[in-house]
Amino acid sequence: MIIEAKVLKFGDKIDTDIIIPAKYLKYTDPQYLAQHAMEPLDPEFYKKASSGVIIVAGKVFGMGSSREQAAMALKAAGVKAIIAESFARIFFRNAINNGLPVITLQNATKEINQGDLVRVNVETGEIVVNGSKVLKGKGISGMPLEILITGGLITYLKKAS
Amino acid sequence: MPQTLTEKILSRASGKNVSPGDVTEIKVDLVAFHDLTGYHVIEVMEDVGTLKVFDREKLVIAFDHLAPPPDVRSAEIQGQIRNFVKKTSVPNFYDINSGILHQIMIERYANPGQVIVAADSHTSTSGAVGAFAQGLGASDVAAAVITGKTWVMVPQPFKITLEGKPARWINGKDIALKILGDFKADYFNGMSLEIFVKEPSAVPMDFRATVSNMGIEMNADALMFVPDQETFNYIKTARGYEPQMVTPDSDAKYVDEYNIDLSKLDPLVAAPHSVDNVKSVNEVEGTPVDQVFIGSCTNGRISDLEMAAKILKGKKVKTRTIVIPASYQLFKKALELGYVQTLADAGAIITYGTCGPCLGGHFGIAGPGETIISTSSRNFKGRMGSPDAKVYLSGPAVAAATALEGKITDPRRL
Repeated sequence: MIIEAKVLKFGDKIDTDIIIPAKYLKYTDPQYLAQHAMEPLDPEFYKKASSGVIIVAGKVFGMGSSREQAAMALKAAGVKAIIAESFARIFFRNAINNGLPVITLQNATKEINQGDLVRVNVETGEIVVNGSKVLKGKGISGMPLEILITGGLITYLKKAS
Repeated sequence: MPQTLTEKILSRASGKNVSPGDVTEIKVDLVAFHDLTGYHVIEVMEDVGTLKVFDREKLVIAFDHLAPPPDVRSAEIQGQIRNFVKKTSVPNFYDINSGILHQIMIERYANPGQVIVAADSHTSTSGAVGAFAQGLGASDVAAAVITGKTWVMVPQPFKITLEGKPARWINGKDIALKILGDFKADYFNGMSLEIFVKEPSAVPMDFRATVSNMGIEMNADALMFVPDQETFNYIKTARGYEPQMVTPDSDAKYVDEYNIDLSKLDPLVAAPHSVDNVKSVNEVEGTPVDQVFIGSCTNGRISDLEMAAKILKGKKVKTRTIVIPASYQLFKKALELGYVQTLADAGAIITYGTCGPCLGGHFGIAGPGETIISTSSRNFKGRMGSPDAKVYLSGPAVAAATALEGKITDPRRL
């Protein structure tokens, strides 16, 4: 699975209350959630992401709550993949379960800049920046990869049963 | 091979010996969800095409985030879940008159050595009794409800030892904040914390629950107190049976160790907007505060209310003060002990058994430009309402002292 898009960059500790505030959690409609993604930090995020972007961020991206709407909101807003220095455990699973690729890369925020064009190989974790610089991230394998490729956990469970 | 508590629990749950880094399927002993995530879990189950529950006795459902319902959609969500409970005949269902899910789990269900998963990040709270307890998203929990299984990556175990007796006004919150301040919020990602208490009775279950609760703020995969005499006594007293004890082998290997001397702790606070922005209360003393919140699954237990009542007895608060015991059982106990009367006389507003303002839900949302001090678990930007509000986190003693003065106050000065 190869994904290519321009980068929207964030710092460390982007938490789930930033990604989707609690007041929107009474609904699961992806389009509704997308409109409020990252709202406390950047109310224009929805417009910026709509053409399809890759998020690059620092440490423990998605820390905090278990709200699956965080992964759903980002995906529906146009986020094609997230490259971060580390991910919070629950968010990582929620992303995979919703078919949103998550790649771990040390020093991601130092190596990649806002607006760079990035191509990611989800399986190998290889990242090519602006067609030249090659970085080695941690790809996805095993059962998480199967879930991701199937399109998420719901489809995966349907197939299994 | 000698095993840590983490390895012992996950080896039993996966039916084979596992080591850190292994990815393995495990059987779960308990699954749970609340109203705000529960409707989503049920939506996923419907989407998959089944309402099958792997074992009705092992599913716990409690209404807490939207209890009592603050709006029509919340009432509708609770109605959907009541229908699910009727259809599936799940016996362990707690409506709006019960309390916060994690508190109910500790009061009635969680046992040493169990694997517990629930659709809420603060599921880690059950680590207080030595359970491997993890929060998961709605889809993962739906899968666990249907199959009784989930998967884990076995975390790296890290040992923390608590020694000495807590200094005056020190609470579980100060222990949690001490760890967060020293290690920061990303350090324990991929690790499980096993906490050994040198003098078990010096760290009561209330304190343990607060620390375990905030294990998720440390981004630990799990935070467990190694079961000891205190664990045994707590479960026996609360539930009338003797729990089966599960403990790590004495020569088990940890990636690292860290000790805290409880007699030397200062009351601590986490300043906006990060749980690991930890300071001694003296560093922020005098900061004016618009609202005080004492409650939540982090610090809404009897010892928390007791500390607040001691500080506020016979006095009047100078700022809006909201107190919410973590469960209805605790509310009734606080009534019996006179804490509710004391806090009400001091001018606090008291309700019971709801998450309320902790997540910006209801019963005291932060307005723009306001400063809140809260005994809850998170001070992320926008967490308690307006993104322009500032939230300080503290234990109940600092919060109550602050209520009295209208500005952040060191309880040791009163």
